[in-house]
Parts: sequence; C-alpha cells; structure tokens
Amino acid sequence: MLDYFKYSINLKNIYSRKIMKIPHRPLSPHLQVYNLPLTALLSISHRITGVSLMLGIVLLTLWVFSAAMGEEEYKLFTLFLNFWLGKLVLFGFSLALIYHLCNGIRHLFWDIGMNFDLKKTMLADFAVLFSSIILTTLVWVVALKELI
Amino acid sequence: MVDGSSQFKSPLRHARGMGSAKEGTHHWLAQRVTALALLPLTFWLVFSLATLSLKGHLEFVTWLSSPFSGTLMILFLLVSFHHGQLGIQVVAEDYISNITLRRTLLIVTKFISYLLATLGIVSVLRIIFESL
Repeated sequence: MLDYFKYSINLKNIYSRKIMKIPHRPLSPHLQVYNLPLTALLSISHRITGVSLMLGIVLLTLWVFSAAMGEEEYKLFTLFLNFWLGKLVLFGFSLALIYHLCNGIRHLFWDIGMNFDLKKTMLADFAVLFSSIILTTLVWVVALKELI
Repeated sequence: MVDGSSQFKSPLRHARGMGSAKEGTHHWLAQRVTALALLPLTFWLVFSLATLSLKGHLEFVTWLSSPFSGTLMILFLLVSFHHGQLGIQVVAEDYISNITLRRTLLIVTKFISYLLATLGIVSVLRIIFESL
C-alpha cells in the first residue's frame, strides 16, 4: 500500500514541468474551438449522465433504506419526492437512466464492431434521442396515471 | 529518453507499478458484461417504480417483499454500483492527472459504492424477512 503511493509521487516528479523544461510550442486548437458534431455531443452526454446516475442510485438506495426503517421514515422520504424539487430530481434521474441505457446499447454494438460507418452512426444518433424521449414520456405517463 | 536516468533502468523497473499485463481487458470487459446485465434490470426497475408511483409504505413493502422483486432489486443494486464505480474509474483516469488525488478518489469511490450497495441489499433483506 505504501509502495502504491510512493510510486505515485515518483511519477509526479518525472513528469513535472520543472524537470522536463517544456518549451512554449504552438498549441493545437482547444476543444471549445470545434463545432461539436451530434455524435460527439451524445458521447460526452453518456459520460455526464453516467456520473450523475451514480447520485441516482444513491437516491434509490436511500429509497429502499427508508422503506426498511419503517413507515415514518418512508413517509418523510416520499414527502421530499412528492415536492416539486423531488419530482424534478426523479425526472432527471429517469431521463438520464433511459438515455444512458439507449446510448449504452449503441456502445455495445460498437464494441462488437458493428455500425461504425458514418451513415449508420448518424442514424443511431437520432434513434438514441428519439427512443429516450419516447421511453421517458411513457414512464411518466404510467407514473402520473397511477398517481391520479 | 527525456529523463536522463531512464537509460540506466531495466525494462522491469519501468513496467513495475503500471499494472499487470495479464488482465488488461478485464476492467473493460467487466464494464460491458455488467452493462448487459443492467439492460433488463433497468427496464424492470423503471417500469416497476413508475407503476408503484409513490404510493404508501405498505404498497412499496408488499411489492419489494415478493421473492421475484427482492431478487431483482438486490441484483440491480449490486450490479449498478459495480458498473458505476467502474465507470467513475474510467472518467477519473481520463480527466484527473494528479495521480495521488486520482488514486485517493478512486479508493473513496469504491468504498462508498460497496458500502451503499450493501446498505441497500441489507434493507431489501430486512423488508423481505419482516414480511414473513
């Protein structure tokens, strides 16, 4: 364990600017200069939704935990979820989850070497967007119908 | 070659600490297999929670205490936290260049992930056994 951190300090020294003396070369254009194509936008959204879904499953854990603690605790938790902020969080969670799922299916196809050409990729862009919007709407139609 | 001392180090010295060469694809593969498992589990979870739709404690507990829902919920919690911490690791390795900070963050992420996954699983088990 100690070796693990000692090594990380070594590596930091090797690559630190003081030792390497990096000259001021011209830089390549930064990311914000490019006009991001839709595929790139969906790709970074996959990461952003992935990281935020971590918070989503923390919320799910608290949901189950509050139910296990008893009726009072569960009531307190659902009171937050029924509040407009809670509903907004739930909506964001469901949209991020469904988007990450749909785009994840596309990634799995890429991983087995399918749909790499530009035409199919762009078609999949729209398929991912369309299906996430449809599925999220469907989920909330079901949820709100049960609530009324 | 940039570092003056590097020519005196053996190839083994350079490779040490960079991770094993034998399981290079393990992390990548684990992320894909957990993703595959999460496809049906997520569909089940989202539509179950939508139909349940914030009704009372009794409805929630009755739903979760059935062996089928209980099993799937435990699987979802376990697999999703595992998949999530694998994903956080990839993102941290891409964007955090300070290695001490990165490694500390990864250890903390892994600890919290498995802590919460276990908390969720124990909660589901408690609901199941209390309903008997």
